[in-house]
Amino acid sequence: MAQAAAVAKPPAPPRRRRASATPRRLPYLLIAPAALLMLGFIAYPVLSVFYYSLQNYNPTKPWRNGFAGLGNFTQAFAHDPQFWDTLTFSAKWVVAEVGLQLLFGLALALIVNQSFAGRALGRALVFSPWAVSGVLTSAIWVLLYNSQTGITRYLADAGIGSYGTSWLSDTSTVFPAAVVADLWRGVPFFAILILADLQSVSKDLYEAAEVDGAGRLKQFWHITLPHLKDAIVLATLLRAVWEFNNVDLLYTLTGGGPAGETTTLPLYIANTSVDAHNFGYASALTTVAFVILLFCSIVYLRLSKFGGETK
Amino acid sequence: MITEIAPAAEPVVSEPARPGKRRRAWDEAPRWQIYLPLGIYLLFTLIPFYWILLFALRPAGSTSLVPWPVTFDHFRKVWTERSFGTYFTNSVYVGVSTLVLTTVVALAGGYALARFDFRLKRGFMLALLCSQFVPGALLLVPLFQIFARLQMINSLGSVIIAETVFQLPLSMILISGFIRNVPYSLEEAAWVDGCNRLTAFRIVVLPLLRPGLIAVGSFAFVHAWNHFLFALMFLSDQSKQTIPVGLNTLMSSDSVDLGALAAGGIIAAVPVVIVFAFIQKWLITGFSAGAVKG
Repeated sequence: MAQAAAVAKPPAPPRRRRASATPRRLPYLLIAPAALLMLGFIAYPVLSVFYYSLQNYNPTKPWRNGFAGLGNFTQAFAHDPQFWDTLTFSAKWVVAEVGLQLLFGLALALIVNQSFAGRALGRALVFSPWAVSGVLTSAIWVLLYNSQTGITRYLADAGIGSYGTSWLSDTSTVFPAAVVADLWRGVPFFAILILADLQSVSKDLYEAAEVDGAGRLKQFWHITLPHLKDAIVLATLLRAVWEFNNVDLLYTLTGGGPAGETTTLPLYIANTSVDAHNFGYASALTTVAFVILLFCSIVYLRLSKFGGETK
Repeated sequence: MITEIAPAAEPVVSEPARPGKRRRAWDEAPRWQIYLPLGIYLLFTLIPFYWILLFALRPAGSTSLVPWPVTFDHFRKVWTERSFGTYFTNSVYVGVSTLVLTTVVALAGGYALARFDFRLKRGFMLALLCSQFVPGALLLVPLFQIFARLQMINSLGSVIIAETVFQLPLSMILISGFIRNVPYSLEEAAWVDGCNRLTAFRIVVLPLLRPGLIAVGSFAFVHAWNHFLFALMFLSDQSKQTIPVGLNTLMSSDSVDLGALAAGGIIAAVPVVIVFAFIQKWLITGFSAGAVKG
């Protein structure tokens, strides 16, 4: 603490500052609002989820409420095929979305990082879906995929393809259709983050590489990619967590259907708690989701040796 | 290979007399390698926007691919009959409040993290990072119970608090990065000149944080404007709901009025797309300043 006061003291102040006594308490005062908000509205809810995961708790069936031990967890792992289905779908969804967003986002960032005529406009246009909400994305793609109002209808009018049904109501097409709709909004986010990091690559490196006769592909492989590595690891991790937890899009686009085909674990949890009022069981599923997320994140950071070079 | 082709499309004005002006090899991609993929991607980006504009502007029942004659009936209808006017006001209120609250609270905390060493600092940083893994959607039930106890269900305050809380951690990490990029000696010089800490911060540091604060603030606004689930759960009164909830209601009704849905979508998109067009440049510089150095 004394150290803090020493750090905060200006070198040889001509007159004593009024604030010279405060630094000891000042940092705590400054973080207090944020800390209180997070304690009350993140930490406390998380703890209460852990608590309820060990309880039978259903406001519509109060006579059954009480301590459940690990009952909710055994129920999920041993007797609930829907839990496994939704967990598998979540994994499939996250891998497809994050992988494709990284691929296209990286390509897009590299392209709009070049200098060319109309770059500012080009950037603004390709990034613009980033600002659009999940619900609006759903509304747009529901229109586009619908067999009456969508593109396929006009293509069929012109003799290409058939009228058919919406891609969203066919179990064989709903997954790629939903993935594309979410890519439309997700790729710009990745591209923005990667572009931001691209700006900080030292230009001297490229000039040196050019002098050494390295082509553009080699420069990308040996200069750009290593520089971007930490940003890519962090962006994919944040995005994976976000895609796992995101319910806005699938809730409104497919509602988890058809036939539960696109229900992610969080969507299943939301249905269990909000529609079925089974809070205890939903809390147990939430706890499982936490643990899985945390475990995967740690493994991912270890495997990718995040920030490894700096040590 | 293709990438080895010399940039013949553009005469390389190498001008050997001016060594300082040498162009980087990285910039010498042939034009078609830029415009072709960019053009294809633009089609993917813009056709969906065009589609919803088409449905919003052409008369109901029309199948023309060009919105002509243009009608604003759908907008009139959705704004008054479907109460998008009310939703719009509510969304603006939620968005702006979240922006202000997030920025102010994150600025205070970010300053403490950037400028002081204190005992709880490491623990606090760890809590910020861990909170990134906490899914807001999975905390709906306990959050609902808390707001019910605070008598805040059906008040926009509950949504503002919930949105702010989940924006705070990342905003604070970013802002403390921005502040760390401002040399401490600048502040110290201001103290020597007789400023107190707050004045020094306001005069010296704050102007330099502008790009970063614009990025963080607009991020918070766009998130609060777009987010759906908290508003859906905490606001039951129709007069309190926000635009995403209104859109969802339009979409899930039995006979969907496509014109109204499209017009509502445009109303939802216009503010954020305008905000985005203005801040896009700051967004990139802001992120590169804060995120990288950490």
